[in-house]
Amino acid sequence: MGILELKNLSLTINGRRILNNLDMNFHEGHVHAVVGPNGAGKSTLAYTIMGLEGYRNIEGDIIFEGKSVKGMGIAERAKRGITLGWQEPARYEGLTVKKFIMASSREKSTDAVAGALKKVGLNPDEYMNRAVDKTLSGGERKKVELASILAMKPKFVMLDEPDSGIDIASLEKIFDGIRLLKSYGSTIILITHSLAVMKQAEHAFLMCGGKLIEKGSIDKIEPYFEKECLPCEHKNLPDMGDKDGN
Amino acid sequence: MEIDDLLKLADEDEALKDKETAHLTINLNKVVSKNIVPGLHIDTEEIENGVNVKVIVDEGVVIEKKVHMCFGVTHEKALQEIIMNIDVRKNAGIEVLSHCIFPKATDVKHIMDAKIKVGEGASYTYEEKHIHSMEGGIEVYPKTIVELDKKARFKTTFELIKGRVGKLDIDYEITGKEGSVMEMTSKVSGRGDDVIKIREAGNLIGEKARGVLTSRVAVRDNAKAEVYNVMVATAPYARGHVDCKEIIQDNGVARAIPIVEVKHPKAHVTHEAAIGSVDTKQLETLMARGLDEEEAVDLIVEGLLS
Repeated sequence: MGILELKNLSLTINGRRILNNLDMNFHEGHVHAVVGPNGAGKSTLAYTIMGLEGYRNIEGDIIFEGKSVKGMGIAERAKRGITLGWQEPARYEGLTVKKFIMASSREKSTDAVAGALKKVGLNPDEYMNRAVDKTLSGGERKKVELASILAMKPKFVMLDEPDSGIDIASLEKIFDGIRLLKSYGSTIILITHSLAVMKQAEHAFLMCGGKLIEKGSIDKIEPYFEKECLPCEHKNLPDMGDKDGN
Repeated sequence: MEIDDLLKLADEDEALKDKETAHLTINLNKVVSKNIVPGLHIDTEEIENGVNVKVIVDEGVVIEKKVHMCFGVTHEKALQEIIMNIDVRKNAGIEVLSHCIFPKATDVKHIMDAKIKVGEGASYTYEEKHIHSMEGGIEVYPKTIVELDKKARFKTTFELIKGRVGKLDIDYEITGKEGSVMEMTSKVSGRGDDVIKIREAGNLIGEKARGVLTSRVAVRDNAKAEVYNVMVATAPYARGHVDCKEIIQDNGVARAIPIVEVKHPKAHVTHEAAIGSVDTKQLETLMARGLDEEEAVDLIVEGLLS
């Protein structure tokens, strides 16, 4: 039994089935990739596990550490150790990096915030008092978000497109962060269609059209994904945007 | 409660001990303490319900340390009128941090009537922070007229985020000559049945004059807010911007009325206004880190008003 199990999970929005009878099992302390083309339902799956607004009316069940989280709100799931890193992190006018990370941090200290920033390659002296707003680049906000997750030390973390907006030079810092989370004992889900990100994982789930197509080791999924999915031009149906309307 | 307690509330007690820091402390209509530094003149006259205050910064003098002012009322019921005349002369500079503190107020009216002149090339920064009781029985009427001479700079921040607003009616009017710069920011958080009215007007009458009016307001419970920002540009290369953001919760009501008026083809004024509830993604991100909804909203609003 994994730390988190999806049991025949389906999600229907506006009469369209976005997730379709998913049975998935995530192993405690392991890194998993959920891969698939755009519109496969990967982000929707993460939103559903997190229990975001509009993604809670599910069929089937989500079992975390042996208990259903089906009726729980976001904060309750988070307090149990589940969290999510967004593909495009939110911006907060006026809210400092320090306060943002401190809000997540298990240890409420400036040192803990500084430590988390250093781990993602950001200089605390430079970033601590900056606002998490449009003055930070997309890549910087992505790193700040990862720092907040590192400070939280969650049991189960989903990172939606963790390389999005990250330059090549900084990508290794993101991967370092993923390895660090693993060293904390976190179970990690990487939502991605990038082979580079996928290779950070130990197991992979391949999704298409809201369904689970294949699962197994990276060695098994990667060639199939590269050969069959990346060149594939068929449109995933239903054609739903992600929660940001992308 | 004594005036010393007010100063502690405002974290002003230490600054006021420094002999090189100018300050003025008023409780209702009494001047409690005053300290001036070379080049700065503060004359006061106690009147029936308040104090007349005249401030002059001599030409070319830049006051090194921030000047601290405290206008407090330790009573539960009172009327306080502060009449200010400020003259920052040519090439002078001064920064003022002002606290208006009414910690016990159940029925207090505070009227501030200010006239400010900032001379050519001079600079005046005025930060006003209010600390109110949680009773809501306070009425605050700050009215200020500012004249900026050539290349003068004026920056002001009004902040009322501690305690209940009660009734607030801000009325600021600034006129800027050639090359002057005006920045006006209001940050107010209302709850209960608070009523907030903010009128900020900037007149860019000189070539290359610049101005920004910024308002950040949060209302919850049954509080109401109306922000009326006006920026008028009448000279070539004048540049202005009006930026209003209001967050509403519960039964709060917010209204923003930005008016931009350009009377010269080479002037340019822009505006942006946003009113609504807390952004879902901001909220969900913080909740996904374990904050309850109320904690998350408070943090977002705190950021907006910081």
